Amino acid sequence: MTMPLTGPLLSVEDLVVEHRTPGRPVVRAVAGTGLHVAAGEVVGLVGESGCGKSTLARAVCGLHGAASGRILIGGHPVTPLGLRRRDPALTGVQMVFQDPYSSLNPRRRVGAQIADGLRTAGDTTTSPADLLERVGLPRAFAGRYPHEFSGGQRQRVAIARALAARPSLLIGDEPISALDASAQAQVARLMRDLAVESGAGLLFISHDLSVVRLIADRIAVMYLGKVVETGPTAEVWADPKHPYTRALLAAIPSPDGAGVLPAELPGDVPDPADPPAGCRFHPRCPFVMDVCREREPLGGSAQFGPVACWLHEPEPSSPS
Amino acid sequence: MTAAQKTAALTIERLRMSIGGHDVLHGVDLTLEAGRVHGLAGESGSGKTMTGLAVLGLLPHGSRASGRIAFGGRDLLEMPARELNEVRGAKIAMVFQDPATSLHPMLTVERQLTEHMRHHLGIGRKEARERAAGLLAKVRIPGPEEALKRYPHQFSGGMRQRIAIAVALACEPEVLIADEPTTALDVTVQAGILRLLRGLCDDLGLAVLLVTHDLGVMSAVADEVSVMKDGLVVETGPRGQVLREPRHPYTRSLLDALPVPPGENSP
Repeated sequence: MTMPLTGPLLSVEDLVVEHRTPGRPVVRAVAGTGLHVAAGEVVGLVGESGCGKSTLARAVCGLHGAASGRILIGGHPVTPLGLRRRDPALTGVQMVFQDPYSSLNPRRRVGAQIADGLRTAGDTTTSPADLLERVGLPRAFAGRYPHEFSGGQRQRVAIARALAARPSLLIGDEPISALDASAQAQVARLMRDLAVESGAGLLFISHDLSVVRLIADRIAVMYLGKVVETGPTAEVWADPKHPYTRALLAAIPSPDGAGVLPAELPGDVPDPADPPAGCRFHPRCPFVMDVCREREPLGGSAQFGPVACWLHEPEPSSPS
Repeated sequence: MTAAQKTAALTIERLRMSIGGHDVLHGVDLTLEAGRVHGLAGESGSGKTMTGLAVLGLLPHGSRASGRIAFGGRDLLEMPARELNEVRGAKIAMVFQDPATSLHPMLTVERQLTEHMRHHLGIGRKEARERAAGLLAKVRIPGPEEALKRYPHQFSGGMRQRIAIAVALACEPEVLIADEPTTALDVTVQAGILRLLRGLCDDLGLAVLLVTHDLGVMSAVADEVSVMKDGLVVETGPRGQVLREPRHPYTRSLLDALPVPPGENSP
């Protein structure tokens, strides 16, 4: 993959994030994986529920501490969010959450909430109304409260609030899944356009592959805590390499009227507290080989390229 | 009053409904046949869900319905509540969108599967339990005996929806109304549920009304497709015809709005 020479905006390396609950085994939600987002690039992170997409995003924001590994934003390591004021270098990461019904404060006017973002960025010239206009809402709505908006409009307000802080990296954690089907593609497009326009990177997390295909430049497929395949969206779509990516794409029913039942991926996602040995996908993989049960293909490392699968083991002589 | 057709399991004729003086349905006609899946498509607010709920007599407060919903030679809209209670849950069952909220979080799977079975079929606890285990096996829950003792939160979303389908099938209904049954699920899990629904429909001769906004899902399992807009069915026909050669401009616009990029490049 071609990485910009200036270095990526976000670089996640060998990140491990664990959830610890007393009396329960430790759950490795993110189990040593890497991800890069360049400035002005839209990366779609997809995978089934419970694969660690959201945990990865929360770790990038500092909402979760990392057990090991590194997260760098423009060269600065991300530290967990604490009670003290956030390091100004890290306020460039802004997140749009899944549920706009709970991510906005119901007791404050939306204009005031957007102004919080502007204050973070030290912006004294832009008004909240300007931002509302950018997300396609009337300027006068700044004086309204969240309950006066529909779901799609609320998510626009949440996007305006995130943009107010002049982010260099915008993260959308399933920002469209709580919205009506008719509003989903619109809001996703809006996020893409605004992020690209302002030169920020966008990490867009969704389980809706058809929307990710619509807006992402690059796609990263995650399975059970690991990114198993990355590549340009069109390339991954046209020629998925990893068997999991293939299964994921084959499961999307096509509206062609042919009555073809989508292919089923047998089995459930294994318990992340007790992942299978070897390749994490091997119990469900239709092309499983002996080596898959014993050794894990490490995606994104020097050994494996963008596809973490023994079927696509790179030639040892040409590490490209 | 026309006599019900031979194959029709349920016929909806000129169904009109208003909530607080505001018209929601303007005369909906639909026919469900045994062993067939009838898909109902449309945007949110078009009245898809209301049509499904009207069949079960689960209308919101302050609503009035007129027209006719013929089932087994009788009109469900005219039926007294006591008799309707005999029909819904037993002869006509429903599966809802979100299995996390449609199952009771504090009751075991066994309790949820057997309660209505014992009420409607008048069978004993032991027999109900055996049938419940059989049902879980039918919807392919691994370890059905063990699963009966567990609670909904101990299952994944796809498994919960399978349990919800088992609950709906418990009294051997003739008609199943599935309201967006896969919308809350991952695509891989959705594929499994769609295969299950299709298989049950073929094996048990169920008449299924599948309400969904996803035309891909529609194309995968529905035999007939109806498209609703503003409380009216604008187009009905076999799946292939409606999705490939739509006659109504609205159906065409729905198909055109699908997020399928035209070329290789992302837009």
